[in-house]
Amino acid sequence: MTDYTPAHVGTVTKYVVVESFDITPADLAIRGYEISQGAMIKETCFGLVVSGKEEDVDRIVRGLRLMDPDHIFVKDRGFPPGDSRRCRANLGGARPGYNGLEFEMTVIPFVSHGLEELKKRDAATIPPPENPLEYTSLDITRLKNLMEAQES
Amino acid sequence: MAKVFIYPATSLILSDMVARFGHNPLSSATAIRERVQTAGLESPPLQITPEEPKKGLKWAAVEVPAGVRGRMSLYGPMIEACEAAIIINDADLAFGCMGCARTNELIKFLVHQKPIPRLELNYPKNEEEGVKFVAAIKRFLAELGGAK
Repeated sequence: MTDYTPAHVGTVTKYVVVESFDITPADLAIRGYEISQGAMIKETCFGLVVSGKEEDVDRIVRGLRLMDPDHIFVKDRGFPPGDSRRCRANLGGARPGYNGLEFEMTVIPFVSHGLEELKKRDAATIPPPENPLEYTSLDITRLKNLMEAQES
Repeated sequence: MAKVFIYPATSLILSDMVARFGHNPLSSATAIRERVQTAGLESPPLQITPEEPKKGLKWAAVEVPAGVRGRMSLYGPMIEACEAAIIINDADLAFGCMGCARTNELIKFLVHQKPIPRLELNYPKNEEEGVKFVAAIKRFLAELGGAK
């Protein structure tokens, strides 16, 4: 084993993912470059990777979110942009971890709709979602309907 | 500002929701970042060294495979530090080898054992479920108090 000397120590990296009818990753990148001031910005197919000092990254993310608050999503990333251990330019194929992001991109439109609706409706008036741990018995009416559908 | 453990720990949606509503999400990225930015022995790709399975002994017994213990060295400290948790139960994206599967079971077990506020959800499958999903998270995080 050899010694490991880390690069970009003390920096923070964040993904800025856009799923919007109005904003493209290119629009986001242009706005990101305008307000970057010292942070590293990489444009990707799903949005941006922003890396730099924590206060710079937070400021850029706040600025980018204003473009379309309900359709821009942000999460932390462990590796800096272009890191040879993760970047698909070196590895080939999809970046490890992209499968999860790809799946959540299919759910994000529903979440964006939820965020938009919550601006018009009070969260307290919206019924809770079903508890996935709660066992629900088969409703007798539904059972009857299933039997009738089988018989017909 | 409460520390909220999210499961799946790599979830973009949960990480964003927790930060958006003023709290601190505990995700695997921050644990990996600590290792990637700490000098030591070269151990690509995630800088998980042979020391990690030893640290994982705190949460999993010695006969448990090293893969589970190594992963627990990332998630164990986050579960100990968290003040609340949001769990998505139908997260198929968290599938993987037996190491991942058993670690996921252990993570859920440890979170359920801890007496903290916990929100159990499934991914929304349509727009109305999306509204309920976001409203539930917003209510849960508001009840924690101290949002930034």
